[in-house]
Amino acid sequence: MGQSQMELQMARLGELEADMRARGSWLFSGRLTSADTATVVRQVDGRRVVSDGPFIESKEHLGGFYVIDAADLDEALGWADRTVAAIGMPIEVWPFVATAGGQATEPRPE
Amino acid sequence: MTGPGAERIGRIFREESGRSTATLIRALGDVDLGRGRRSGGVRDCSGPLASGGLPPNPGAWITTTARNRALDRLRRERRGRQLLDEVARLASGDGEPQPRADDDDAADGAPVVDDRLRLVFMCCHPALALEAQIALTLRLLGGLSTADVAAAFLVTESTMAQRLVRAKRKISAAHIPFRVPTAAALPDRVDAVLGVVYLIYNAAADRPDPPGEPSLRAEAIRLARLLDDLLPDEPEVAGLLALLLLTESRRAARYDEEGALVLLRDQDRTLWNGRLVAEGQQLLRACLDRDRPGPYQVQAAVNAVHADAGTYAATDWAQIASLYDHLLALDPGPVVALNRAIAVAEVHGPEAGLALVDALGGLAGYSPGTWRVASCSPVSAVWHPLGRRCSRQPRRRPPTSPGAT
Repeated sequence: MGQSQMELQMARLGELEADMRARGSWLFSGRLTSADTATVVRQVDGRRVVSDGPFIESKEHLGGFYVIDAADLDEALGWADRTVAAIGMPIEVWPFVATAGGQATEPRPE
Repeated sequence: MTGPGAERIGRIFREESGRSTATLIRALGDVDLGRGRRSGGVRDCSGPLASGGLPPNPGAWITTTARNRALDRLRRERRGRQLLDEVARLASGDGEPQPRADDDDAADGAPVVDDRLRLVFMCCHPALALEAQIALTLRLLGGLSTADVAAAFLVTESTMAQRLVRAKRKISAAHIPFRVPTAAALPDRVDAVLGVVYLIYNAAADRPDPPGEPSLRAEAIRLARLLDDLLPDEPEVAGLLALLLLTESRRAARYDEEGALVLLRDQDRTLWNGRLVAEGQQLLRACLDRDRPGPYQVQAAVNAVHADAGTYAATDWAQIASLYDHLLALDPGPVVALNRAIAVAEVHGPEAGLALVDALGGLAGYSPGTWRVASCSPVSAVWHPLGRRCSRQPRRRPPTSPGAT
């Protein structure tokens, strides 16, 4: 990706995140470094073993993520649409397991 | 319970099924709870129904009975106050499902939304696998039993049950909403719903009706009618209904005594159902007035032109070719292009049709004029009859060597 493309993408994401914050949807987000910097920690026979990662052999890796608060899937997919438009790459939308007291999982009051 | 009483109750139950399921899912906010309460409702209802006394509004009664059972059980289980209140609110309508104004819904200026419409959009949500969308629609909206849905798609009942469980788990875990999509998303979501109904019809289109099972074709038409009632501003919905009715009108002529398919050209047109033709054509005329054409409307129009022809020879092929031109622009694809080639062959002769098929074959990566795909592809199914009519033979393709041998 060229420098100007990168700048354009960052500008779009900045705008998107500002909108997310304004709507109270944004909770947390982060961009990850490339997959070859990942380190795997696992248990082998009760011992902790550290090795070079990533854990999953795959052509595609997680490049970043948003944790958002959405009333339902359609609202989440609306933000996903805009994210895809900004970065030009597919994203997955994963719901959190509902847990008591988990702020991100409580439906917002209407 | 057996006998004519049971049959009657079963029919009423299925006819009212989508409505009461939808109402209870909205009230209870839970797909499984809504389903379970309604099944309880029909068990409770069936005693008095079977003993002869049909209430004036059986659907409302089923919903009321299901609601009362849900209330009892919620009290027993001491689930949240809010759920109790929600269910109690249904009491105000004496069991009649109450459409509710909802700011979330897209239909601005038309705040009353039928719960069944919310249910349709939930069942046909694109986040669900297509087969799950179809199964949920038949089960929840159509009121078919899991066994019937399984039989219709030639899978075992346990496979279908698992598919339904997985789909309902996803609806719940991913918070797939029980509401009508926003105006911006509506056209795509309506397309998805119509696609599901069309697939339901076609799943049963090319085989004789299995005895004793609800016909998927009838179910698809019922769903299309329901959607046409619920989405009167979407001409493609009327277009789909017209298409299904016009296709269905030829049903009796489609199979011979041995159950073999009879081509349009050879069908006994006196067997066509005039009532369905008239209804389909009427719907289509109303569509034309609105002038917002779409693929289903144009396909229905093709069928309407066929329905107008007393004999195959009298078919207005020029009109059909022009409709396929239109359809190809709206919905490009090899099947539409092939159908267009057939119509062009009828208007301008087989050579003109063959030229189109050959061009299409090249585009699609087929070689229709060769033996390679001669036996089974739809392209060759069109090429060969046309080729016979102008005495052309498929070229023998030079044998391709599988390697340096």
